[in-house]
Amino acid sequence: MNVTVTVNGVERSGDVEPRTLLVHFLRTTLELTGTHVGCDTSNCGACTVLLDGMPVKSCTLFAVQADGRSITTVEGLKQDGQLDPIQQGFKEMHGLQCGFCTPAMMLVSKALLERNPDPSEDDIRWELSGNLCRCTGYVNIVKAIQWAAKEGATA
Amino acid sequence: MYPPRFDYVAPTTVDEVLAVLAERGDEAKVLAGGQSLIPMMKLRFTFPELLVDVNGLPGLDAIDDADGHLRVGALVRHNDVVASDVVSRTNHTMAAAAPWISDPLVRNLGTVCGSVAHADPLGDWASVMLACGADVVARSQAGERVIPMADFISGPFTTALEPTELVTEVRVPKYAGRGGGTYLKLERKVGDYATVGVATHLDLDGGGAITNAGIALTSVAPNNIKAVEAEQALVGESPSDALFAEAAELAAGAAEPKDDVRGSAEYKRNVVRVFTRRGLTTALEHAQG
Repeated sequence: MNVTVTVNGVERSGDVEPRTLLVHFLRTTLELTGTHVGCDTSNCGACTVLLDGMPVKSCTLFAVQADGRSITTVEGLKQDGQLDPIQQGFKEMHGLQCGFCTPAMMLVSKALLERNPDPSEDDIRWELSGNLCRCTGYVNIVKAIQWAAKEGATA
Repeated sequence: MYPPRFDYVAPTTVDEVLAVLAERGDEAKVLAGGQSLIPMMKLRFTFPELLVDVNGLPGLDAIDDADGHLRVGALVRHNDVVASDVVSRTNHTMAAAAPWISDPLVRNLGTVCGSVAHADPLGDWASVMLACGADVVARSQAGERVIPMADFISGPFTTALEPTELVTEVRVPKYAGRGGGTYLKLERKVGDYATVGVATHLDLDGGGAITNAGIALTSVAPNNIKAVEAEQALVGESPSDALFAEAAELAAGAAEPKDDVRGSAEYKRNVVRVFTRRGLTTALEHAQG
C-alpha cells in the first residue's frame, strides 16, 4: 500500500505492507534513524514521534495509519541551523548520557512545552512517565526541560 | 518485531465496517487505538487475517451528555477522558481512573471502548464500567444491541460480542441524585498492570441513604469482577465507617487473588479490603460534597 506522510514538514511517500510499523517506515524506508527501537513491546517509549503534534509510540502504530498525517521526528527539531531550545537544554544541562532515549525525551518535552510553556517539576515528570532512560538520568532530563522552558521563553 | 501478514481496510462509515464484519468478522479484528492489539499481534498471541481500522469513522470521538447517560464513543481516547470537563463534573470513578491507564503515550491513542472490548482480565476500564453499571452498545447489520456490562465479559479476553458486531459506544448512567465514586489502583510502575484496582460508585437519596452501590475489582480474579455481596450490603443503608468496613470485608472475600510477581494473594486481598473502604469513603465525600 502507498503511504504518504508529511515528515518534518516534507511530504514523503513509500510503498509498505499493512504490517509495516511506523518506526520501521521511518528508519528503513525514509532512512530517518533518529527514531530508536528500544523494547519493541510498547514499554520504553524510545520510538516516540509526534503524530500531528501528539507523542505516540511509533512501534505501536502501523505506517498505514499515519497516511495523510504529519509526523515530527528528532531530525525535525533543529530549524534554520538553530537547535531547538529543547535540544539546547539537553546540551546545557547534561540531559543525556548514552543518548538512546534522548530523541524521544526531547519530542515528549517539545509537545509538553507547546501545551504548557511553564510546567512544574511534577508536570514534567508526569509527562515523561512513559519514557524510560536506561542510564536513569532523569534528574538532568528534568533540568534540561526546565532550562528550555525558561530560556526558550526568553529566546 | 512485526506481526504476520494481514489485510487492511479503513472504512469511512459505520455501515461499511458492519458490511466487512458481516462478511469476514470471524477472521477480523477491529483496530481503534491498537495499544493492546498491536503488541499482541507483534508477539504473535493473535493473528487476525484482516484489520478493520475504524479511526476514520466520523462522530465516534465524543463524550456526549445525553438522556441521563455519558455516551463514550468508540474513538474516545484515554486522554480525552482525562481532559473531559463533563467527566470530571459528572463521573468521579471515570475521572479517577483515566490518568492511571498505562502511560501518557498509550493514553494518547488507546480507547476506552477498545479496552472494554479487548477484555484484558487486568484492564482497568472494565472495573470502572462494572461499578458504574454501564452498558456496551454494539452494532451489526442485524441492528443495535445494548449489553449490560455485567453480562459483557465472559472470560479472559472473551466477551458477549459477536464477530459481526462493532462496539460503537459505552453508555455510563449519570448519578441519579447525589453520587460519587473513585478508582484506586496500586501499580508497581507507570504502564504496569494493576497489582490491585478497586472501582467504587455510590448513589444517595435525599435522606442520605444509599440507593445504589457499585464495587468492582481489577487483577484479583480471572476477570474483572463485581463484588456483588458487598454492593448488596450497602444498598438501603445509611453510610457509616462500620458499614464500609463490612462491605470492604465482603469485597476482600469476593477476590480470588493469586501469588505472582506483583505480590502475594494475602497481600492483594488486604489491598482490596483497604481500597474498598477508602474508595467508599471517597465516594461518600463526593456524594455529600
